[in-house]
Amino acid sequence: MKRKLICIACPVGCHLTAEAVEGGNIEVEGNRCPRGKAYAVNELTDPKRMVTGVVRCDSPAVPFLPVRTSEAITMKLIAPLLAELRKVEIHCPVAAGDVLIRDFRKSGVDVVASRAVGK
Amino acid sequence: MKTLEYDVAVIGAGAAGLATAKVTSAAGYRTLVIDREDFSGGVLLQCIHNGFGLHHFKQELTGPEYAGKLESEARESGADFQLSTTVIDLKPQPDGRKLLIALSPSEGVFQIYARSVMLAMGCRERNRGNIGIPGTRPAGVYTAGLAQRLINMSGLLPGKSAVIVGSGDIGLIMARRLSWSGIPVKAVVEIRPFPSGLNRNIVQCLNDFDIPLYLSHTVSRINGADRVESVEISPLVNGVPDETAAFTIECDTVLLSVGLIPENELSKKCGVAINATTGGPLTDAWRMTGVDGVFAGGNVLHVHDLADFASDEAALAGMRICDYLAGRRPGREDAVTTGANLRYVTPNRYIPGEDIQFFMRSMVVDDNAVLLAELNGVEIMRKKLRNVAPPEMISVNIDGKLTQSGGELRFSLLTGGDK
Amino acid sequence: MNCYDVAIVGAGVSGASVAWQLSKYKLKVALLEKEADVGFGVSKANSGIVHGGFHHSAAKTLKAKLEVRGNLMFESLQYQLGFPFRRNGILVVGYSEEEMETVRMLYRQGKANGVRNLELCGRDRVLQLEPKLSQDVAGGFFAPNGGTIEPYRYVFALVEGAKRGGVELLTGFKLSKAVNRDGRWELESADGRRIAARYAVNAAGLYADDVSRIFNAEQFRITPRKGEEYLLDRHTKAAVTRVVFPVPTKVSKGILVIPTVEGTVMIGPTAEATDDKSAVTTSSGNLQRILAQVKHMVDGISAGDVITSFAGMRPTLPGDDFMIEPSAAAPNLIQVAGIQSPGLTASPAIGEYVKDLLKNCGLELVEKAEPEPYVPPVDEIRRRTPEELDALCKKDPAYGRVVCRCEQVSEAEIVEAIRQGHTTIDGIKFYTRSGMGRCQGGFCTERIIKILCRETGMRPEDITKRGGDSRIIAGRLK
Repeated sequence: MKRKLICIACPVGCHLTAEAVEGGNIEVEGNRCPRGKAYAVNELTDPKRMVTGVVRCDSPAVPFLPVRTSEAITMKLIAPLLAELRKVEIHCPVAAGDVLIRDFRKSGVDVVASRAVGK
Repeated sequence: MKTLEYDVAVIGAGAAGLATAKVTSAAGYRTLVIDREDFSGGVLLQCIHNGFGLHHFKQELTGPEYAGKLESEARESGADFQLSTTVIDLKPQPDGRKLLIALSPSEGVFQIYARSVMLAMGCRERNRGNIGIPGTRPAGVYTAGLAQRLINMSGLLPGKSAVIVGSGDIGLIMARRLSWSGIPVKAVVEIRPFPSGLNRNIVQCLNDFDIPLYLSHTVSRINGADRVESVEISPLVNGVPDETAAFTIECDTVLLSVGLIPENELSKKCGVAINATTGGPLTDAWRMTGVDGVFAGGNVLHVHDLADFASDEAALAGMRICDYLAGRRPGREDAVTTGANLRYVTPNRYIPGEDIQFFMRSMVVDDNAVLLAELNGVEIMRKKLRNVAPPEMISVNIDGKLTQSGGELRFSLLTGGDK
Repeated sequence: MNCYDVAIVGAGVSGASVAWQLSKYKLKVALLEKEADVGFGVSKANSGIVHGGFHHSAAKTLKAKLEVRGNLMFESLQYQLGFPFRRNGILVVGYSEEEMETVRMLYRQGKANGVRNLELCGRDRVLQLEPKLSQDVAGGFFAPNGGTIEPYRYVFALVEGAKRGGVELLTGFKLSKAVNRDGRWELESADGRRIAARYAVNAAGLYADDVSRIFNAEQFRITPRKGEEYLLDRHTKAAVTRVVFPVPTKVSKGILVIPTVEGTVMIGPTAEATDDKSAVTTSSGNLQRILAQVKHMVDGISAGDVITSFAGMRPTLPGDDFMIEPSAAAPNLIQVAGIQSPGLTASPAIGEYVKDLLKNCGLELVEKAEPEPYVPPVDEIRRRTPEELDALCKKDPAYGRVVCRCEQVSEAEIVEAIRQGHTTIDGIKFYTRSGMGRCQGGFCTERIIKILCRETGMRPEDITKRGGDSRIIAGRLK
């Protein structure tokens, strides 16, 4: 069965069609770059999303530090990840890109700081 | 009273101002960036989601990361910063310089004399009064940006369950943010027959959470005495709310994502004329306003749907500020006009024979449109555009070779049968 | 139980004016307000016009007598209490011979009321006074004594003056019980607080009928008459300099164009009888109707200039006059009811009039030896020159931190509002104008929440828009 998708890999938002064909392969049309194909394949097998949020931080000027996943994470792990973020408290200084949670539940995905905060 | 002197004063340290400052300071011009906040980055700092940077930095970043990179570049190029500082007045001087009156808690009032000024103050959100939602006036009605700031900067939750008015990107992003923060979003209501935000945000911010999107609907009434208790939603029939088909959704919060307005109060103070369609200054091909030496770019000029475009535009203005400071002037300029199916084109003038980038906004939705550029009624360029829609800005480069003869340059969008 | 000489029920313009008048005497006075802050009832939604004393006949109505007297009292009040007020004059305009007939009638009525300097104007003179009027105006008359005021700031200033004169303000005091025992009133609030007073004043606005019943006094009914107002950006092309009135209708003074004392423009109000005192709602059709009517007078007005709208209630009595008199049914109670337009204009005179009624009822008035209270004007950065502003910043750096960008309000002004007891978002807004401009609080609300928490020790969850359950924040990110 053909599925219509809108690619979320970038703001262009290509309209894709994806279909599981014989041999376990997935055929994708409408993508303008390889990321579109990867997105469509994931959508049909194990959908993944980028997660962004904030965690507590001991800087009085920046009480909440913005964070993001290092790459898209399987949607099954989003709820546990959000629960984990609520428990984290960061001590400054921190640089953008610093890994705060490494390999969350063996997903291969880290949580990194997305803003630098001084002492 | 302290007095500073600079070649360039950039007002606003957001996506636009920082990009300008990088260009002018890298060219050796003494540049001062002024912002009222304690940190540079503007609204980017509260936009903690990803989706920034693909155009400007060729990599996907969150808002704070994007702001951090822009700031580093500007600082490394040698730009100075005056943060926690509000520019309260801007006055052209008889000698051609501009006088900025600035105010900060640590310095009190001080003056900045600048040879050129970049207006980069961004925009503000339209609010309930601007769109006139009837009903009571309880607590619990917020612009999406205010709610975003409350949650992402202060960790404060604005309510327990929400309805979002308008499907602009900020509203969609906030639908996901609320959902992830434990605040169910009952509906997103869009007055137009198509969503205002990017398709990717419809997918990852609404569909992922099964949030219904009501197109061609409007909130016809807000109910509640002290705090919002419910909203009444009506379908639009011929542009008018059909209250006989209205339904009510209980919620304690209404978020408004109903458009942005360029913030030009300071521009008006120094005599800059405003384009009624965009709400931003009228500019020439260099993005210089009607006041000599005062330039504009980013959301203060017209509302962009991507921060990247605001930065690109402001960097272009920065290059022209360098030209200006080197004593060059645009020379001959001809008019740019807006043809069929386009709401506006900016800049409003061009220089015959010079390469130039235009930004424009469609009035229609079409998945297979053609952008037509005509010089004095003669076609000079034709570009196929997929998925044209009012929320998605169109950007197009025109080669100087095509416009050497000069004259009226007109853009139009051909759709359906017109092609 | 605290015992007072006088308890005033209701801290709107009327109650606040009575409190201000009584603060000059050796008296113990309590001002009771059911809302979280003063002026939060009928007064806050007032059009803010100091009327010219020509709309009603002073020979026939109490309200016109008090209006004419009250109008004359604003300069001295402003001098003492420091609230924004401007006598920018009123223009009543006619667009036909029939309307001009009414214009002439109003002019004669004003003269008969003793109002001075009224000027009957032909078309050219009207356009000279107000060039933004539509060209097809037939004529009008000019009342230079008319003016504009911020009604909430005025109430705040009266109460602030009264407090400096020793009046005690009790907010959140919703009167639920009044018993006259041993020649004094025992008053109880819904939350159980009790006070006693020898005399009581019912200035409860929209709820004066309920309060009268609580006192077991006269039975009457206050009928709310709703008015919707729309506020326009100060950059509107329609920024007139005088208050522009059409000729009045049977139920109201018509839809006006009001240049507010702070530089914005207000259009309205509508006049619509309703049964529901709490129905302060706006509706979509009314904006269109208001716009159509005012565009007829000032054609530069546009819907795109609207930054906010609100609705208020006029508390009306049958016969449409004020009722200010000692109760015939309850002892030592003064009724101040039906204070609709021109109540704001009349309010200084209402305060004086009620003070005299109390005296006639036996209240002994002994003037204090010390000078009358003085409320200095607030240091507002938007009104200061750069040099003055620099000096303010040296005194307190918080003047250099702009919290509300649209109306240019500094952190120091927000702190001053909080110290004056205005601890709701609306209270701070009315005191400082923060959140009253074109972005309507989009930028400053979060900052004000932080300042409020810092200055008062409140939690964000405790902060309300205007008291009660109007909470701004529902919880924390967990």
